Parts: sequence; structure tokens; C-alpha cells
Amino acid sequence: MNMTRRQLLILLPAAAVAWKSILAGTPETSPNYNMTEHWWGMLVDITKCIGCGSCVRACQMENQVPDGYFRTWVERYHVSDFDIENPKVDSPDGGKNGFPPSSFSDGKNFFVPKMCNHCADSPCTQVCPVGATFVSPDGVVLVDQKYCLGCRYCVQACPYGCRFVDPKKETAQKCTLCYHRITKGLTTACCENCPTGARQLADLKNPNDPIHEFLKTHAVQVLKPYLATRSKLFYYGLDGSVR
Amino acid sequence: MKIFKDAGHLFRLASVFLVGGVLFLVLRGFLVPSSFGQYGHYRGNAVKEAATQPISYAGHQVCESCHADILEVKSKGVHKGVACEACHGPLAKHADDPASVQPAKLDTAVLCFRCHEANLAKPKNFPQVVSAEHSGGAPCETCHQPHSPAIVAVAGGSQ
Ligand code: HEC
Ligand code: HEC
Ligand code: HEC
Ligand code: HEC
Repeated sequence: MNMTRRQLLILLPAAAVAWKSILAGTPETSPNYNMTEHWWGMLVDITKCIGCGSCVRACQMENQVPDGYFRTWVERYHVSDFDIENPKVDSPDGGKNGFPPSSFSDGKNFFVPKMCNHCADSPCTQVCPVGATFVSPDGVVLVDQKYCLGCRYCVQACPYGCRFVDPKKETAQKCTLCYHRITKGLTTACCENCPTGARQLADLKNPNDPIHEFLKTHAVQVLKPYLATRSKLFYYGLDGSVR
Repeated sequence: MKIFKDAGHLFRLASVFLVGGVLFLVLRGFLVPSSFGQYGHYRGNAVKEAATQPISYAGHQVCESCHADILEVKSKGVHKGVACEACHGPLAKHADDPASVQPAKLDTAVLCFRCHEANLAKPKNFPQVVSAEHSGGAPCETCHQPHSPAIVAVAGGSQ
């Protein structure tokens, strides 16, 4: 009696391990794409953005984003030189169809494309109660659509307002950095369709990526650096008034 | 032997814990997805699932492989940096099967307007026009060739 119980106790962990490995099956090998060789981010050159909304349209078409919701959008800033603290910002329909003529004639005016910052230390992944959102090994913040409960914790946690809950699926949605494209060697839909090269996908682990030359020679900035989210969305020409 | 004199209740307690432990492990084995924890505190297969979404924008390299004539014109013009699908829209289906999926005709009044209509917030060095004054309502393509729009030698009539 004593012996069998001891044997059983010794056997149990081993059995559990064996059971787990049976369940796990053999890990799939994805063709030609090795997650450990990449670390994705993006470069946004504000000085080149013309506010045409090509990125917004491309994102919505590529990812079937419901109307009125955005995984990327463009904001127009008006900063008066007499009131730098309080910029006027508009983004009609996310800038999807461009912008109407400006109603201002003074001050500084510019466009700021926005999207998920793919933070390496992202607040949104930390608050998920079920482990449905995470930073992938190649640095992309993703949502597990099968696991997400739709509790909206992450929507509140994102300091950049980049998440929403899909009205039909009731799961959290966000920019995937076109994970289905970048893993096949394509660029993201927004970068593909940007006419001026204001957006550029960047692989920070690839020493030959032009991002490295750019980062070496230009002063870049991330949004809300004081939050220490280790954002990987680098802005060139970002004005201090941008929130 | 003396120590275990009245040990019956201890064994009973231990067996309750044991059964509970086994139950926990079995349930856990069933409920936790197999790929959970593969890369971190999440389902590893979710990464692969994100990569399976279908593509809508084929990418300009694909268009160029068939439409070499257009590329020839475009690569010499000012629109060389503008990808085909930025104007023509998502055409991965057309690229897969050009015979049965025809691209829609484009409305240049909307198309050119979005990029070229004068706006204070646009970079100063970007070519912009106030279309009402510039073309007087005439479609852009009456004077500009969409794939190579710069007007080098000014045609007679327009100045
Ligand atoms: C496999 C070769 C192939 C690829 C790839 C391809 N096309 Fe085509 N495309 C054709 C053919 C063939 C036609 C003519 C179809 C017809 O007239 O029946 C055509 C027609 C068109 C037309 C319409 C021409 C007209 O007269 O109205 C447009 C616009 C166009 N393609 C754009 C694109 C774009 C943009 C892409 C990239 C996404 C692309 N094509 C990729 C073969 C291709
Ligand atoms: C600046 C926007 C723009 C870009 C960029 C562009 N097109 Fe076009 N394209 C047009 C317009 C406008 C027309 C004429 C209207 C129509 O047929 O829909 C046209 C017509 C066409 C046609 C049919 C007429 C023709 O000239 O033979 C084809 C084929 C075509 N485009 C393919 C392409 C391909 C391939 C690319 C990328 C190499 C490309 N286009 C890039 C705007 C553009
Ligand atoms: C997706 C955005 C986009 C669309 C749509 C677009 N263009 Fe352009 N266009 C550009 C860019 C980018 C340039 C290059 C600007 C530069 O060199 O800085 C350009 C340059 C031009 C120029 C050259 C101006 C010069 O400096 O001489 C003309 C003319 C022009 N476009 C006309 C058109 C016409 C006509 C259409 C509609 C068929 C059109 N564009 C549609 C983005 C666009
Ligand atoms: C009546 C013929 C005509 C029509 C129609 C026309 N353009 Fe032009 N456009 C011209 C000529 C000629 C030039 C070159 C003269 C110049 O550089 O100012 C020009 C120049 C341009 C430029 C370059 C301006 C710059 O500052 O370098 C842009 C952008 C442009 N057109 C866009 C458009 C758009 C968009 C439309 C449609 C709404 C359009 N054009 C319709 C004749 C036309």
C-alpha cells in the first residue's frame, strides 16, 4: 500500500509531462520564416506625409476593419504659435478620404499617421487576464482571436488608443503589422500604399535594413516616451505638441 | 510503528490531496491548449493563425511582372514611387486570375484630388493644386497621363 502510493507519486509528474508532450504534438515548421531572425517596427516620416489617407483605406481593405473603426488613422494638427500647448486636432473618418481644406491660415500645420506602437514593454499585454494578447517573438503585438474574452482591459490600457472591440466578433482588434504579409516577405498594406514613403516597415534585427542608416543619421522620437513602453514606432520630424 | 498508530486520518487526508492533485493535472491537461507556453504566456498557435489571413494587396512587384508596359512608362515619371494599388485599389484577386477579375475604372476627380488637392498641412514641397482653379472641372487625365503625369512639353492650348 505504502509502496504503491510512493511509486504513484513518483510516476505522476512524469506521466503529466508525457501527457503534455502527447497533446503538444510536433511543432509546425513555418516555411522560410524564422521568428527569431526578426524584430519588427516602423518608421514614420512626418515631413513626407500628405494626409491622403491611402494607408487608412489600405488597412481597412486588407484587414476587413469595420466601418468607423481604425487600426491606423491620420490626424491633422494645427499648432498656433501663440498657444503651443493646445493644438487643434481633427481626423474626419480617420483621414480615410483625405482632409478638407484647412480652416486656419496661421501657425504650424501637419499630418500625423498613428497606429499600434508595437511596444516591447506593452501595457496592453500586461493587463490581459487570459493571455490572449502578447508580444510575439518577432516583436509584433498580436491578439489571439480564439482566446480573447472581449473584456476591454487592453483597450483601456493602451496609452495610444490603438485598440477597439470588434462590434460583431466581440474580440479586441488592433494592428497586426500585417503579420500575414510580413511573414511572407511583403511589406504592410499601409507601407505598400504610401505614395511618398512616409511610412516604412523596419526590421530592427536585419543589419542591412535602411532603418539603421536612418536611425544613425536622424533625430527620431517615439510617442509618450515617459511611459517607457519601448515603442517601436519611430517618428521623424515629430512636433512636441503631438500627444 | 508507534508513530503511525493513529495515522488513518492522515492517510485519508493525504489521499484527498492526492485525488485532488491528479484531478487538477488531468483537467489542466485537457483545458490548457497544447501550444500554450510555447513562446510565452500565450497560445503559440495564435502566432501562426495571425499569419494565415488572406492577402488583398498583391504588391506592386506582382503587378509589374505582367504590366511591364505600364511600369516602363511609370518608372520614368514622377509617379514612380506611387504603388499601383495605391490608385487601383486591392487587386490580389485580379493578379491571381486576370481574365475573370477586372479592375474597376477609376474616378480621377476623387483619386487625384486626395493626393494633390492643396492643403495647408501638406509638406510645402509637395505638388498641390486647387483643382477648381487648376482644371476648371475638366478631368485630370485630359491633360495628365496618370502613370506619368508631369507635363514636360506643354501642349498647344493649355499653358
Ligand atoms: C497574371 C498577370 C497579371 C497580373 C499579376 C496583374 N494583371 Fe492587371 N491585367 C492583366 C490582364 C491580362 C489584363 C487584361 C484583362 C482583359 O482585358 O481581359 C489586365 C487588366 C488590368 C487593368 C485594366 C485595364 C483596362 O483596360 O481596363 C488594370 C487597371 C490592371 N490590370 C491593373 C493591375 C494591377 C494594379 C495589378 C497588381 C495588383 C495587376 N493588374 C496584376 C494581367 C495581370
Ligand atoms: C497615380 C495613380 C495610378 C498609379 C500609381 C497607377 N495607375 Fe494605372 N491607371 C490610373 C488611372 C487614373 C488610369 C485610367 C483610368 C482607368 O482606366 O481606370 C489607369 C489605367 C491603367 C490601366 C489600363 C489603361 C492603360 O493605360 O493601359 C492599366 C493596365 C493600369 N493602369 C495598370 C497599372 C499598373 C500595373 C500600375 C503600377 C505599375 C499602375 N497602373 C499604377 C492610375 C494609376
Ligand atoms: C496616392 C497619391 C497620388 C495620387 C492618387 C496621385 N498622385 Fe500625382 N503625385 C504623387 C506623388 C507622391 C508625386 C511626386 C511628388 C514629388 O515628386 O515630390 C506626384 C506628382 C505628380 C505630378 C508632378 C508635379 C510636378 O512636380 O511636376 C503631377 C502633375 C501629378 N502628380 C498629377 C497627378 C494626377 C493627374 C493624378 C490623378 C490621375 C495623380 N497625380 C494622382 C502622388 C499621387
Ligand atoms: C487643362 C489641362 C489640365 C487639367 C484638366 C489638369 N491639369 Fe494639372 N497641370 C496642367 C499643366 C499645363 C501643368 C503644368 C504647369 C505648371 O507646372 O504649373 C499642370 C500641373 C499640375 C501639377 C503640378 C503643380 C506644381 O505645383 O508643380 C499638379 C499636382 C496637377 N497639375 C494636378 C492636376 C489634377 C489633380 C488635376 C485634376 C483635378 C489636373 N491637374 C488637371 C494642366 C492641366
